[in-house]
Amino acid sequence: MYDFTYHKPGSVADAVALLAADPDAKPISGGMTLLPALKHRLNRPTALVDLSGIAELRGVRQEGDALVIGGMTKHYEVATNPLVMASIPALARMAATIGDTQVRNRGTIGGSLANNDPAADYPAAALALRATLITDRRRISADDFFLGMFTTALEADELVVGVSFPIPQKAGYAKLRNPASRYAMAGVFVAKGPGGVGVGVNGAAACSFRQVEMEAALTAAWSVESVAAVKQSPDELNADIHGSAEYRANLVTVMAKRAVADAG
Amino acid sequence: MPQVTLAVNGTSHTVEVEARTLLVEVLRETLRLTGTHVGCDTSQCGACVVHLDGDSVKSCTLLAVQAQGATITTIEGIAAADGTLHPMQEAFREYHALQCGFCTPGMVMSAIDLVEKHPQGLSEQEIREGLEGNICRCTGYHNIVKAIAAAAEVMQGRAGTLASAAE
Repeated sequence: MYDFTYHKPGSVADAVALLAADPDAKPISGGMTLLPALKHRLNRPTALVDLSGIAELRGVRQEGDALVIGGMTKHYEVATNPLVMASIPALARMAATIGDTQVRNRGTIGGSLANNDPAADYPAAALALRATLITDRRRISADDFFLGMFTTALEADELVVGVSFPIPQKAGYAKLRNPASRYAMAGVFVAKGPGGVGVGVNGAAACSFRQVEMEAALTAAWSVESVAAVKQSPDELNADIHGSAEYRANLVTVMAKRAVADAG
Repeated sequence: MPQVTLAVNGTSHTVEVEARTLLVEVLRETLRLTGTHVGCDTSQCGACVVHLDGDSVKSCTLLAVQAQGATITTIEGIAAADGTLHPMQEAFREYHALQCGFCTPGMVMSAIDLVEKHPQGLSEQEIREGLEGNICRCTGYHNIVKAIAAAAEVMQGRAGTLASAAE
């Protein structure tokens, strides 16, 4: 790992100021993706701005009909938070399957969303639940946030402060993990919420996306059979040593069926 | 260079580190607590697991500066002062839950966190899933799972001894 300067600001404003002053500085939340990347010298930030000292970024609260989860809330905290478990149990169950225990004890929801790993779980949930990303300066709908592989609408000095999930009537998630890496080969999050039916797909393509044909089918009739009838096109899906695009396309339908069953 | 103060196994240490220094490097190379192992160095194998403020973490994927002010427990810090093994260590010995021993420190530290987070007890399935972040390449997991199940009975007061936990 190349060396860098380390900052641990106590407020969002201070963190943003540090990032704005140095275009080669990077924020670090849990570091579960960033630190392995730095070890491989894939990245050479001049400074790391550690967000873990900012109390306002932690915690879960209900705001009207939505659950707002602070960006630095850890996966373990999301998985075991009584408010999340009661309002969006599928989100808590999903968080409990991210990485392993030790990753969940460090990794954060804001870090995962801002990183936008194609195989990460939260982006599919954010898309399906019609979440709104709250940054230090604006609100961005999930539809406008995830732009491509490891790419989001965030400015270089912009931080995810939290994410607001409208509380759904029902939601479910299923993924098939790669047996070695445990990352999702394909995952599908389904939700029936105040903004309509959402189907988010992760792991299958360069960026998580909404499966609009399945959304239409589930809007017409919420059932396993509805999504079973929808074939995902393999065009633009990932193809690698672990599986072809056609294999992943089939997985999307299979995981969607399981996700609807999970939602009940 | 940044300074970090860590409470490791009950003793406070203040050390100078580079910002890029990993927690496991401070533990092993500066404090000479070499019970914490580095297996893969890519946050997969779990040989480096320690407790950070009571939660199991992979010390190869944590900067020492991120642990500033934290309370850390390593495998060296779990036995009693008189040398009496922690019930989890005793169970690993009793159940032949190690062969080469390389993964054992991380297994034991993960297992203790797992048991402490499940005060109502653990099913075999929960133990197996709870070990997802720890890889053993020789003994296999079967005896490790049995050891954790037995240790949980003792740690949580449902059995007085490992022998009675087996019944």
